[in-house]
Amino acid sequence: MAKYKTITDATFKTDVLESDSPVLVDFWATWCGPCRAIAPVIEELAEEFDGRAVVAKMDVDENQTVPMSYNIRSIPTLLIFKDGQVVDQITGAVRKKIIADKLENAVAQHA
Amino acid sequence: MNDLDFSNAEQTNVTIIGSGPAGLTAALYAARANLKPIVYQGIQPGGQLITTTDVENFPGFPDGIMGPEMMQLFEAQAERFGADLRYGTVTSVDLTERPFRLVIDEETPLLTQTIIISTGASAKYLGLEGEQRLLGYGVSACATCDGAFFRDVEVVIVGGGDTAMEEALFLTRFASKVHVVHRRDTLRASKIMQERAMANEKIEFVWNTEVVDVIGDKEVDGVKLKNRVTGEISDLAVKALFVAIGHRPNTDIFTDWLDMDDQGYIVTKPDTTYTNIPGVFACGDAQDHVYRQAVTAAGTGCMAAIDSERWLAEHGVAEFSSAAV
Repeated sequence: MAKYKTITDATFKTDVLESDSPVLVDFWATWCGPCRAIAPVIEELAEEFDGRAVVAKMDVDENQTVPMSYNIRSIPTLLIFKDGQVVDQITGAVRKKIIADKLENAVAQHA
Repeated sequence: MNDLDFSNAEQTNVTIIGSGPAGLTAALYAARANLKPIVYQGIQPGGQLITTTDVENFPGFPDGIMGPEMMQLFEAQAERFGADLRYGTVTSVDLTERPFRLVIDEETPLLTQTIIISTGASAKYLGLEGEQRLLGYGVSACATCDGAFFRDVEVVIVGGGDTAMEEALFLTRFASKVHVVHRRDTLRASKIMQERAMANEKIEFVWNTEVVDVIGDKEVDGVKLKNRVTGEISDLAVKALFVAIGHRPNTDIFTDWLDMDDQGYIVTKPDTTYTNIPGVFACGDAQDHVYRQAVTAAGTGCMAAIDSERWLAEHGVAEFSSAAV
């Protein structure tokens, strides 16, 4: 079963910026209610996009450098990266379809 | 809705829309009545309590309990009796006839004999241009989510109710100063919350004042204030604006079908959860603009489940006819 990837400040460059496929990064924290609310959605997306895109989570308590450099001021924030660049951004808990459509879009442009 | 094929749609007795205290209590009672309710949890499973910290006024928890933890207990109790909790949002409804038609996430049809509406309410915003533009860049309606990003800086929170006080107190853990801007010169908040906020040396009240603009290009640099008594305009340099000015009911998808008051709260028949459409019931903050407590939401959720159980027993199950539009 495909699972999301847990990333850190240290692995961000390799796992996200240098990834061959698009990457969805969920910036979250354990104490954030809406983050918990979308957690199952993130897990489902990891499964559905397995092999086409990478779905990753970064804990903003344990990692501060990357969230700071991307000016994350609200969680959950979802960033979609392609070829090292942010191509889309979602702030707050939204419906799964909205996230899936944006990620699908990034995958389609990539192919 | 019209181009969706309902002929092979899943059919159910009771669909509960929303998963806060009202929806999950309705789910508990409906499940124990063996109605096998399906709960669509919406974009914030657990509802408004998911973004609160300590719940000190729900009976049975003498030491208080964290909002998210309490909602996990609600979920576990409903699931224990067979409630089917699903991720998904009801995006449109057709209440022309029974079984009622629902669409989940704009794509999945569902037929249901009764509906319990427990969609709750969402935070209101001020309606300023800069507010939506800088949402996520210093503007927030959830202090418990975003407060920690504003360490050792000054922040402002707008509002005068219990939520505003609770969030102001929470923000003092991180911010160097919390300005509470309120339209009037007295607070709506309960006495205990007022006293706690007044006693906190990091909290400063700005009375009779409105936020009229958000200053900042890429992130919040400050807010423009207007004194409602003197008319004086001033700037306040802050890195974040938290909005806690109340809630609006999440009832937009029912506008064409159900009687509502001018603020969008669903009107229920006195002493019941009946709406103007037989078989459709409403509970919790979607229909309550007076009390809006977790315990009252749970209470009306229980009423809705009992109302729908009795109504089903009396009216039976309607067969689906694909001819109807």
